[in-house]
Amino acid sequence: MSHNDHSHNPEGHNHELGHVLPHSVYLKVLVTLLVLTVITVWVAQYNFGNWNIIVAMFVASIKAALVALFFMHLKYEDPFTWIYAIIPLFLLFILIGGVFLDNPFRDNPIPLPML
Amino acid sequence: MSHHAEVTDPQGPPHVHHMDSTTAYQAAKFGMWLFLATEILLFGGLFCAFALFRWTYLEEFHHASKHLNVWMGGTNTIVLIISSYFAAMAVDAAQHGDNKKVVRNLTVTIICACGFLVIKYFEYSSKYHHGLFPLNPEFNSPEFNKAYQSFFALYYCMTGLHALHVIIGMCLLGWVISLARKNRFSGRYYTPVEVGALYWHLVDLIWIYLFPLLYLVG
Amino acid sequence: MSTATATGEKKNYLNEHTGIWSWIYTLDHKRIGIMYTVTLFMFFFTAGIFALLMRYELMHAGPSGLMTPDQYNQLFTLHGAIMVFLFIVPGIPATLGNFLIPLMIGAKDVAFPRLNLLSYYIYVAGAIMALVALSSPVDTGWTFYTPYSIQTGQGVVLMTGAAFVLGFSSILTGLNFVVTIHKLRAPGMTWMRLPLFIWAAYATAAIQVLATPVVGINLFLLIIERTMGIGIFDPKLGGDPVLFQHLFWFYSHPVVYIMILPAFGIIAEIIPVFSQKPIFGYKAVAFASLAIALIGFFVWAHHMFLSGISDTSAAFFSIITFAVAIPTAVKVFNWVSTMYRGSIRLDTPMLYAISFIFIFMVAGTTGIYLATLGVDIFYHDTYFVVAHFHYTMQGGAVIGMIAGLHFWFPKMSGKMYSETTAKIAFILIFVGFNMTFVPQFVLGMHGMPRRYFDYPPEFESLHFASTIGAFANGLGYALAILNLAYTALFGKTKAGRNPYNSLSLEWQTDSPPIHDNFEVTPIVTDWTYGYGEPIKGQSHH
Repeated sequence: MSHNDHSHNPEGHNHELGHVLPHSVYLKVLVTLLVLTVITVWVAQYNFGNWNIIVAMFVASIKAALVALFFMHLKYEDPFTWIYAIIPLFLLFILIGGVFLDNPFRDNPIPLPML
Repeated sequence: MSHHAEVTDPQGPPHVHHMDSTTAYQAAKFGMWLFLATEILLFGGLFCAFALFRWTYLEEFHHASKHLNVWMGGTNTIVLIISSYFAAMAVDAAQHGDNKKVVRNLTVTIICACGFLVIKYFEYSSKYHHGLFPLNPEFNSPEFNKAYQSFFALYYCMTGLHALHVIIGMCLLGWVISLARKNRFSGRYYTPVEVGALYWHLVDLIWIYLFPLLYLVG
Repeated sequence: MSTATATGEKKNYLNEHTGIWSWIYTLDHKRIGIMYTVTLFMFFFTAGIFALLMRYELMHAGPSGLMTPDQYNQLFTLHGAIMVFLFIVPGIPATLGNFLIPLMIGAKDVAFPRLNLLSYYIYVAGAIMALVALSSPVDTGWTFYTPYSIQTGQGVVLMTGAAFVLGFSSILTGLNFVVTIHKLRAPGMTWMRLPLFIWAAYATAAIQVLATPVVGINLFLLIIERTMGIGIFDPKLGGDPVLFQHLFWFYSHPVVYIMILPAFGIIAEIIPVFSQKPIFGYKAVAFASLAIALIGFFVWAHHMFLSGISDTSAAFFSIITFAVAIPTAVKVFNWVSTMYRGSIRLDTPMLYAISFIFIFMVAGTTGIYLATLGVDIFYHDTYFVVAHFHYTMQGGAVIGMIAGLHFWFPKMSGKMYSETTAKIAFILIFVGFNMTFVPQFVLGMHGMPRRYFDYPPEFESLHFASTIGAFANGLGYALAILNLAYTALFGKTKAGRNPYNSLSLEWQTDSPPIHDNFEVTPIVTDWTYGYGEPIKGQSHH
């Protein structure tokens, strides 16, 4: 993985660089994305209370995963790329989590045994 | 064209003196993923603010969101998804050395992006005419509905910053098109196409979350 | 292809290409590192002078006549903003990191040399914006808390805009270093053979990439709020001022690890060399860098205990803050264990390194005091905090940087500096620094608030002592840097390849290195710390 003066063929033979996918995969992902979009809009017209946002975010995440895994070829990338693709989501979870440990509990703290 | 003894492979990777070409490709791709990570965190701060204010003003956020046009937002979602598909197909074309197809596919992507911006323009102007705009003094006064102020502040920041990234993406892909028109890419070298498409997909990804949050669940 | 210049000297990265444009357009990481060093220290001394002006004002109770209270507020804002954003955050990574990372891993340059140069010019652009901001001064403190920063003077937009631009520079440098360390290691340089400075630099670079965007969006929102009047943080318009603090500290806590982790890395390089002994617990030290980086993302609200956050969150953040001390303690223990029964040489770099350990013990321990909720109620926003963060940032990060600059000076310049002058400067710095800030711990315990222009007369003797220390401290830094600068330009004593007998790759090539760093790409067969171990072809790890 970590080579410097490794290749002495400036002409290059056909290195296998990135992953080549069959066209049908891209088409299937496109159709799925469009269908999921329609579903999202359709579900939103009904009132399921708090479930609306959960369902909406869940469907959005499936769409995002499809784009990332196939359009962006993440499925075929090395572990370090995966780590840096996922860590931002983890950190956002921490950030939003921290804010939501704060604001909702300002006037009404849950009594913790150690306090 | 003239003979260049040095140019051994006009469609091959450029000579980089401190890395071999495979490492250069992997480094560029990894570097772009890292940059995308920063973009996710940049927008993430806005999502954090949105989460907080939505929790603070839940009912009123629903009402404020009804001022947004779901059809326009939905159309924009479809437009971006299609643009993403063509960007992915452009990378595929480059992998197979078909420069003309790269140009065609990325041109479609850019046309979709223009369509997105046109629809956004109509959305923004309609808001402006209804006075729901930050530079409107009535909107900015302490007497105006606070929840609406929060909602629209975030609406403009999030979609505005996103639109800025659409424009940046268009410029980036325009540059890739200019290289493809010179037949630059082949199965041995297509790094700019891949890297440009990755950036474009991020633009799509962000909108995939923005649309339901702002337009649907409010 | 001759290896000598026109004047017959051996070619190296300094003399191979000459003239100002060869520096302005350079893609050589070593030259970029030098440019950063010169620029950064210009700002260090500027902000340092602001500090001395403040300390002069505070030397005696009552106004000194030198400045108004408003000007004092502007001074502490500028001192903080310049020191943080223009000096210590780019700090070691931009200067020594740029110079050393490719050398230490056996590469010819960083992954993206043009991006590296761009990072430098983005930094310069941000610096110019900050200098322009001086003309309409900011008095919010470097933390720009809302709602005051929405209401006060004109300079806020420029100053926060400058910080935003500087953030870009930081992100691009971090990105470059992460990719470089992943992809450009020489054959045989496995992760477990990397020098600990590289582990530290890697953890730092990851934080730069991941944390900086959040403060970017925060400052962006502040600018939009000021210019377009939207209400994200302004409570009159439905906003939450504490949200600004959450977004601010989510970056600004990890940023302190950006400041200190590379310094830890430098200490981990100096101590084995000047003890001629392998580092004790290599893996623990390496993973401790990663652990500090990770846990550092979970503790930000300990800066906000008195901002009105919920007790629930305060409890969580306090406990996790205790946890971040653990990997740091592991490092301290391992450095000291490395020295045990080593063959100690007390050259200047080692003096700085040993003093770092002592100073950082104080710094870290006082941090634990502040993390303790019941104690922080009294210490928050007092001089106790000021002393704590100067112990970490100055006594830690800056002294680590100075240690590194002395250690690698022979490599960077090809010359040896005067040890005597350097040691005198060290004594001035060490004594001056402690004399400045020990009284401030005491002042804080007695309730002296920070960012105050004046104070009750009973605090005067402590303030007086602190001011004397500050001037000695400043003199020490001036002497140390002048010594290095003078030697670099006019020094005559040549340094060899490896004057300190280090096993690390950068010391196996010329001083100063050739443009491509190594004549032949090194092949690594052993770890960097095999002091006293027989050299074999087989790998140690």
